[in-house]
Amino acid sequence: MVGAFAVLLLCQLAGEGLVHLTGVPVPGPVVGLLLLALGLGLRAHRRGHAGREALGDTPVGRAANGLLSHLSLLFVPAAAGIVQQGAALQRDGLAIAAALVGSTLLTLAVTAAVFSAVARLAARQADDRPEAGPKAQR
Amino acid sequence: MSGPGDLLDLWVYLSGEPLLWLSVTVAAYAVADRVSLASGRHPFVNPVVVAVALIALVLVATGTPYRVYFTGAQFVHFLLGPATVALAVPLVRNLGAVTRMIVPMLAALAAGALTAIASAVVIARLFGASPAVVASLAPKSVTTAIAMAISRQIGGEPSLTAVTVIATGVIGAVAVTPLLDRLGIRSREARGFAAGLAAHGIGTARAFQVSETAGLFAGLAMALNAVLTALLVPAVLAVFGR
Repeated sequence: MVGAFAVLLLCQLAGEGLVHLTGVPVPGPVVGLLLLALGLGLRAHRRGHAGREALGDTPVGRAANGLLSHLSLLFVPAAAGIVQQGAALQRDGLAIAAALVGSTLLTLAVTAAVFSAVARLAARQADDRPEAGPKAQR
Repeated sequence: MSGPGDLLDLWVYLSGEPLLWLSVTVAAYAVADRVSLASGRHPFVNPVVVAVALIALVLVATGTPYRVYFTGAQFVHFLLGPATVALAVPLVRNLGAVTRMIVPMLAALAAGALTAIASAVVIARLFGASPAVVASLAPKSVTTAIAMAISRQIGGEPSLTAVTVIATGVIGAVAVTPLLDRLGIRSREARGFAAGLAAHGIGTARAFQVSETAGLFAGLAMALNAVLTALLVPAVLAVFGR
C-alpha cells in the first residue's frame, strides 16, 4: 500500500518535472495520469485480458480505489475559496449562469448526436463488407 | 473554572492551529455526505456544495480569513494530485471493455470536448465576463481535480472553477434524460457517453442509475475528456477567448 502510494506520487512528480522541462501547458498530475495509464496498459497487455480485469486487485489498484472513493472530500478546501469570490460572482453571475446552462445542454446534444450518428455509419459499413460482418457482430 | 475569558483564550489558540481547520473540513464533509445520502443522492444535494456552505458559514461567523483556513485544509487539498494520477486505474480497466465502440467514442470525444470548451468561452464573453472568469469557465465539463489544475495554469480562479464544475455536473445530470429524449437519441452508449463527457462524475453517477452500460461509457467519457480538455483548452482559449 505504501509502495503503491509512492508509485502515484512518483508519477505525479515525473509529470510535474516533464511539464516544467518542456513547458507544455498541461497540468503535471494529468501527465502523471498518462504515465501511469501507459505503464498499467503495457503491463495488462503483457498479461492479456485477465491482467486488465485484475487491475483493481493490484496494490496500485487498491490505493487508487481508496483515494478515489473519497474524491469529493478532496475538492472541498479549494471550493471553499468561493468565499473570496463574492465580487466576481456579483459582477459576472449572469454570464456564468448563461455559459453553464447553454454550454452544458449544447455539449450533451452534440456528443450524443455525433456518437449515435458515427455508430450507425460504422454499423452500416460493417454490413456492406460481408467478411467484416461476423466480427462486427461479436 | 472555564469562564468566557478562558473560552476566548482557547479559541484564539485553536483557531491559529492547522488541526482545527483540518477537522472542520473533514467534519463538514462527513455531515454533508450524510445529508446527501438522506436525500437519496439527489443531484441538487451535492456533498461538496453542502460542505462548502457549512465551512463558509463557520468562516464568516468567526471572521476567519480563507488564508488561515487553508493552512489546515491544505493537507486534504494536497491529495488531489495523487488522486488525479489514480484516475488512470479505472481508465485502463474500462478501456478494454469497449474496443468495439472505439470509433464513435473518439468522434464524440473530439466533438464534445471542443463544444464544451468553445461554447462556454463564447457565451461567457458575449455576456461580458472578465478574462479570469472566462478562463475559470473553460474547463467546466471536466472532473474537478483536473479542471482546477487547468484553471490555475491558464490564469483562472481555481475555487470559481470548482464551483462551476459542480454546477455543470448538476445541470447535466438533471437535463440529460429529458433533453436526449426530446432529440430522439435512444442508444444507451451514446447517452451515457454524453452524460460523462458533459457532466463528469455527477453525470456518470446519474448514468449508472439508468444502466450499467450507460455508466461504463460515462466513466470512460469523463476520463478521456479530462485528458483531451487539458490539451485543448490553451488553444481554444487562444482562438475564442480574445
